[in-house]
Amino acid sequence: MSGRRKKTKQVETEMKVKITWKEIKRQKVLLFWSAIIVIYGFIFYYLPLGGWIMAFQNYKPAKGLLHSEFIGFDKFIQLFSDETFIRVIRNTLAMGVINLVVTFVMAILFAILLNEIRQRRTKKVIQTISYLPHFLSWIIVTGILHDALSGTGVVNELLKNLHLTKHSVDFFAHPSYFWPIVAFANVWKETGWNAIIYLSAITAIDPSLYEAASIDGAGRLAKIMHVTLPGIKSTIIILLLMNVGNVLNAGFEIQYLLGNGLVKSVSETIDIYVLKWGISQGDYALGTAAGIFKSVVSIALIVVANQVAKRSGEERLY
Amino acid sequence: MESTENKKRHRKKSSKADIAFTVFNSIFMILFVIITLYPVLNTLAISLNDGTDALRGGIHLFPRKFTWKNYTTVLEKNNLITGAVITVARTVLGTLTALLANAILAFIVSRPRFMFRKQLSLFWVITMYVNGGLIPTFILFKGLGLTNSFWVYIIPGMLSAFNMLVIRTYMNGLPDSLVESAQLDGAGYTTIFIKIISPLCKPVYATVALFVAVGQWNSWFDAMLYNRMSGEYTTLQYELMKLLSSVTSTQGASAETMKNATGAVTPASVRAAATIITMLPIICIYPFLQKYFVTGLTLGGVKE
Repeated sequence: MSGRRKKTKQVETEMKVKITWKEIKRQKVLLFWSAIIVIYGFIFYYLPLGGWIMAFQNYKPAKGLLHSEFIGFDKFIQLFSDETFIRVIRNTLAMGVINLVVTFVMAILFAILLNEIRQRRTKKVIQTISYLPHFLSWIIVTGILHDALSGTGVVNELLKNLHLTKHSVDFFAHPSYFWPIVAFANVWKETGWNAIIYLSAITAIDPSLYEAASIDGAGRLAKIMHVTLPGIKSTIIILLLMNVGNVLNAGFEIQYLLGNGLVKSVSETIDIYVLKWGISQGDYALGTAAGIFKSVVSIALIVVANQVAKRSGEERLY
Repeated sequence: MESTENKKRHRKKSSKADIAFTVFNSIFMILFVIITLYPVLNTLAISLNDGTDALRGGIHLFPRKFTWKNYTTVLEKNNLITGAVITVARTVLGTLTALLANAILAFIVSRPRFMFRKQLSLFWVITMYVNGGLIPTFILFKGLGLTNSFWVYIIPGMLSAFNMLVIRTYMNGLPDSLVESAQLDGAGYTTIFIKIISPLCKPVYATVALFVAVGQWNSWFDAMLYNRMSGEYTTLQYELMKLLSSVTSTQGASAETMKNATGAVTPASVRAAATIITMLPIICIYPFLQKYFVTGLTLGGVKE
């Protein structure tokens, strides 16, 4: 009995394990799989980082990484003297920020308003419907958008019936429509999904706070402003900071699928630039340089966001 | 006297405001539901409508000239059938392998006694923030013979830090006593993983399986980037994209399209049918898995 207890205690407390032959033997299964996983991770996640060398070379696929000539920062200089690249950075940032803000506001608004629905069944049905677009691919979503915004589509029909326009608007031919369309598509696709986390944060709010607010004569709007919103404030901040690092990642699929020659000046993002120059034109070095720029800026944004989180006393992100 | 009157007035005002709020909220939700569902239902209506008739526009929730022709046309297109087979295969195989791999990794890093626990976790968390980017990855895959190959859908994405963290968080929440008593009975790690931990992890496994499966089902970029050259391994979504670009390039020349359209079928109506077929499996499944992805998102949000 006492021996058993002693053993249990040993299992519980020995968190800091010394590396001894006995331990290695005991954990050999774990070590074996770890080794395989590390080799796998090294190949698929760390080895590509070695490819960054290409950006500093006059890379020739025939010569390979080891024998290509080093040219320093030439490719980066070429990159930043390219007007297209500057425009592409602007597009990526603009769409990233616009999307971040509108999807954020809509998700919070939707979560709060849905929470105010009293009938449980209605609430459940609306929530189920709200998830639907998240599960559709961008191929499907952009196809639907094309239909809805086409000359005979529902949006033009509506505009005509409301006498807002006489002739069909060609939404995909004017650069000024592109960013709003992308923002709308993101809102359409992700609002319900993004609201999940706020809804679960709202359910964690102490109900007695609402009761106290009622006794003080607060209406529903006042309760939202003074109980619900402060209750999910920390969730909002954490998610906002987590997403800041992703701002530059916000642009590929939809821009690639919806873009066309007429709106190229506003639709192309860094990722599209990389694809175009790196893969289609075969300038691996230039494409890699653009990719490195994106990675470095993203990491900087994450570090800054993390510092801000620490300052504001919120949970750190990493 | 005056103050109670004030209070009364205030309360009346606030209840009026409450009614206004309810009205606003109802309108918001009705609009939300319409905007979410209409495009999907509209596509369904067009897919069931005669193609040339649909070019006139004006189809909303119901087909005007009903036909199955669009669907039979889709089922006769060999590239779509191949795409569907590949998509189903990658979804099933990709989900199973990813689930197994992530579960094993999560199990290892959630063992309190494991000697490289911290290091192995960090090794993966770093991959969430740093990656080589498109070009180096492309060159690597080419070098590994993963281009023009089915395995590019399965092997590279097998492990992901996010999915691993979701499972690990769940495993960390399980009571230690179960594992300890099994260990005292002489069970090794393999037995503990299969017989004790995994049965308890069914909900989180379902969550991760759902995430991976949806990702596999919907992905098209890998098909375009790595397997475009041979039509053998393209996916359903990629074939759908090709349909879309063929439709948009003929747009504006609808008279031309009408002339070229064989019988009652147009590219647009065929695409609508293909879209419905592609989204149908997911639409049928996701409502029943809601509780799983809600758990998954909440677990994913929790760090360390």
